[in-house]
Amino acid sequence: MNITKTLDAKGLACPMPIVKTKKAMDTMNAGEVLEVLTTDKGALNDIPAWAKSGGHTVLEQKTEADILYFYIQKA
Amino acid sequence: MQWRESPLQKNGYKYTYGGNFIMTIKKWTAAHVARKVIDNEELFILDVRNADAFADWKIEGHKFEYLNIPYFELLDGVEEILPKLPTDKDVLVVCAKEGSSIMVAEMLSEAGREVAYLEGGMKSWSSYLEPIKVADLENGGELYQFVRLGKGCLSYMVISEGEAAIIDAVRFTEVFTNFAKEKGVQIKHVFDTHLHADHISGGRNIAAASGASYYLPPKDATEVVFDYTPLTDGLNVEIGASQININALYSPGHTIGSTSFIIDNQFLLTGDILFIDSIGRPDLAGLAEDWVGDLRETLYTRYRELADDIVVLPAHFMIIDEMNADGTVARRLGDLFAENHGLNMEDETEFRKTVTDNLPPQPNAYQQIRQVNMGKITPDNDEQTEMEIGPNRCAVR
Repeated sequence: MNITKTLDAKGLACPMPIVKTKKAMDTMNAGEVLEVLTTDKGALNDIPAWAKSGGHTVLEQKTEADILYFYIQKA
Repeated sequence: MQWRESPLQKNGYKYTYGGNFIMTIKKWTAAHVARKVIDNEELFILDVRNADAFADWKIEGHKFEYLNIPYFELLDGVEEILPKLPTDKDVLVVCAKEGSSIMVAEMLSEAGREVAYLEGGMKSWSSYLEPIKVADLENGGELYQFVRLGKGCLSYMVISEGEAAIIDAVRFTEVFTNFAKEKGVQIKHVFDTHLHADHISGGRNIAAASGASYYLPPKDATEVVFDYTPLTDGLNVEIGASQININALYSPGHTIGSTSFIIDNQFLLTGDILFIDSIGRPDLAGLAEDWVGDLRETLYTRYRELADDIVVLPAHFMIIDEMNADGTVARRLGDLFAENHGLNMEDETEFRKTVTDNLPPQPNAYQQIRQVNMGKITPDNDEQTEMEIGPNRCAVR
């Protein structure tokens, strides 16, 4: 997977992870991939829901040592 | 969009800076919202959690209206939802923990709408307990019901002459111990009607902190790792010097050990066997045993032997309609025998079918919660909160 940009949102509480994810996504081109790191548990449901509503694709998501990783491809 | 943490906070209003303006949004506590529910007031709730969470559970009130728009759909602005928000009633923005509700409330405020947000979000709603007096008992005694509106759990405290007993306490132990302290009473006995699967019991911890005895029905306690006092059929406990009497009545069917309590011959605490508008479900232990027969025996035989005037006080309520005007969840047994469908299925086959078919999904994390209540696992506060998310699903409707 070709990661275009990484957003480190660790330690930020809801809604900041998605606020920043959206901001980062707005600067990217269609097809590019954004990697998001977050520790906010709410992101587990919210990021996929946000991506779906915006037409983006969550290529992969995983949890490692309490950090949530999302790989989102811009629509 | 500019959203910044506010350094100023005063009188429940949160001040933020946006350009040259100081905007205000109101902060409501869970206690304030609970009053609106109990007093049957109007409220418009803008719930900004995602759709699944909203479908799972929300703040219930008879005269409440709702609009669910996930907060991430409002990041570009709130103009589109302005026409959907009423101007003639209070508007409360709600989210899971308060963060995104504050953001949306501020955006609405910038757009000229004065709204409130729920302090602590649904997390604080879930943990809020409202103590309501059910009745005065003899010689200055009192019976209180603690209503956990966000989850439908009901706990009880019997107070008499300097002593107290607690039944089916939820995990927010300070609420009970502080209440007892304010009342100037010593907690002597702590009971659980059965091993709970939908919520974490605070009984054991309250007993430990107060030097009280902690009672569990032995048939539900076969795997517990701690010491407890066996709650057996016919056990009699007296509170205070006078005759406030707590009598245990074995009433299986929700769990194999389920026990009810008759308090002073006036109140029947039914645990999860019988609710105001439904009956308990018999399958929460994950075992293949057939408790439907026990459930029927308890409801149709054992309870029928009791007086019509005895007031039923269950351990849960499912819908706001089960609540009386004073906020209590209570009903005469005679009225339940007349109106509760679960008590009026004369055909045993129909009864069996109703309680075993089409059962609602198991409570969230029920397996883990039982383990916690058995003492086998000890999750921290955050983990406990996670386990308890969502409504209770103890009943068959």
